Amino acid sequence: MSQPIDTAAGALPSAVAARRRRERLRHGAFYLALLALGLVAPLFVYPVFLMKILCFALFACAFNLLLGYVGLLSFGHAAFLATGGYVTGYLLASHPGLTPELGILAGTLAATVLGALFGVLSIRRQGIYFAMVTLALAQLVFFGYLQAPFTGGEDGLHGVARGELFGVISLRGNLSMYYFVFGVFLLGFLLIWRTVHSPFGQVLKAIRENEPRAVSLGYNADAYKLVAFVISAALAGLAGATKTLVFQLASLTDAHWHMSGEVILMTLLGGVGTLFGPLVGASLVVSLQHMLAQSPLGNWVDVVLGAIFVLCVLSFRSGIVGEAVKLYRKNFK
Amino acid sequence: MQVDTPVLETRGLTKSFRGFTAVDSVDLCVQEGHVHALIGPNGAGKTTVFNLLTKFLPPTRGEILYRGEAITTLKPNEIARRGIVRSFQISAVFAHMTALENVRVALQRRLGTSFHFWKSARTLNVLDERALALLDEVGLAAYAHTLTTEMPYGRKRALEVATTLALDPSVMLLDEPTQGMGAEDVDRIVALIKRVSVGRTVLMVEHNLSVVSRLCDRITVLARGAILAEGDYAMVSSDPRVREAYMGREAPEPDALEVRA
Repeated sequence: MSQPIDTAAGALPSAVAARRRRERLRHGAFYLALLALGLVAPLFVYPVFLMKILCFALFACAFNLLLGYVGLLSFGHAAFLATGGYVTGYLLASHPGLTPELGILAGTLAATVLGALFGVLSIRRQGIYFAMVTLALAQLVFFGYLQAPFTGGEDGLHGVARGELFGVISLRGNLSMYYFVFGVFLLGFLLIWRTVHSPFGQVLKAIRENEPRAVSLGYNADAYKLVAFVISAALAGLAGATKTLVFQLASLTDAHWHMSGEVILMTLLGGVGTLFGPLVGASLVVSLQHMLAQSPLGNWVDVVLGAIFVLCVLSFRSGIVGEAVKLYRKNFK
Repeated sequence: MQVDTPVLETRGLTKSFRGFTAVDSVDLCVQEGHVHALIGPNGAGKTTVFNLLTKFLPPTRGEILYRGEAITTLKPNEIARRGIVRSFQISAVFAHMTALENVRVALQRRLGTSFHFWKSARTLNVLDERALALLDEVGLAAYAHTLTTEMPYGRKRALEVATTLALDPSVMLLDEPTQGMGAEDVDRIVALIKRVSVGRTVLMVEHNLSVVSRLCDRITVLARGAILAEGDYAMVSSDPRVREAYMGREAPEPDALEVRA
């Protein structure tokens, strides 16, 4: 690649350039504040709870890459979460010498391969048909895990040791485990951010905006969608693998279609097609589940979540972050 | 300009929809360097022929040749790579991207990094100069950093032309380029097409006969899915069959029979 030409030279009006510079500064400050928050949070909040949020947030971010940036509604993402979890859990439980990062890597890889398989079978379908194909495949995977001997069926897979990271740093303590999970989340989040703002991301955007036109410009839309699908599946697998390490177990809940629905809920609630929406949505849903489970409303968790979801879809369709961005644009420009 | 070299040719091109034959054994021949128009009354099958040529519909029967080579079974994105680029009836732009980004998306395929999800989008800035030049060519330099959705309709069509030109196509297929435009915009687009058609071959579907008379070297008239007449404007417009089939009902209506991709 040759030296990038500065767009400001001649083309970009100086007012626009100045506004962009200011905006970049504000964004930078915002990212730094979030990073700091993530670093100090475990000193104030129970780390396991935070780790649960981060795992689901990564899962929702991965899902959002597909729904928000490609426009594909997958109803089978639970399969990738569960595959990451089971493969990592099985390997770590049955091979005591294996270090956790290798276990997670293997789980992520398995989810990636499964994602490629799902993608090849479903990517040519549009809209509801795509959702149905992914749901059907995920159900197949669910029943597979229900029967398979290594998953422990309905009892789940227990006794996964957290072990030592790289064979050196013990992850048994919740604080060290938290910082590892935080690192994994950052890695996944940065990959998504980069993908969205890459040459590949530009083509994805063009395909989402007007697929026939993108095709008439010579782009093979299905191939681009497939790559995005595989990245999304890989990151969902990474989330599942990390979650297994945190809780030291993998269960069928992760493979159930409920989980595929829940991630849609998190993403829509937080704001589909925004980078931070899934993070906010996952935090909200996980916190609500946690709070409601301990309140007298315990058995009504799903009803309350459902009501919030309906309210959200009816009154602010672009989700919490989507609405916040709109408000920000109205007042700061 | 080489005369009598067919760039795009169809042989016995036929398309049936559940027993209804929309296009019936059409033998079309577009010569190198021509601006060729496909006209006809509503429901004549113009848009269907167009969608067959651009591979957005598979033909029931028949062959499509590009410079003598069969392209009947290629996919729409593959013919674009060979230099046949289409436009759309409703302006086809990427609405939530700036005018510059619209053109850049067309240019970036040549960099060969379109699958690189690990690279910064800033690596595309090397294309900005060329993209700006293309925008300037269609009179849109001032709109470079405007979101396309905020541009007036006529300007969007011009942007579409700039995006098409970015691929440096040898054949441009234009689907009703002046549809839904006011007189001023029509003049601007006609002048633009005239300018960019130099050194290229253009096939267009068009309702507006004044546009056709000003632009086209050769005209094919379709009626009920078959070719009714072919020739230059003077010849076609004096043909009594064409007058009967077409001239009487010049006012465009939505084409009920035509299928869009």
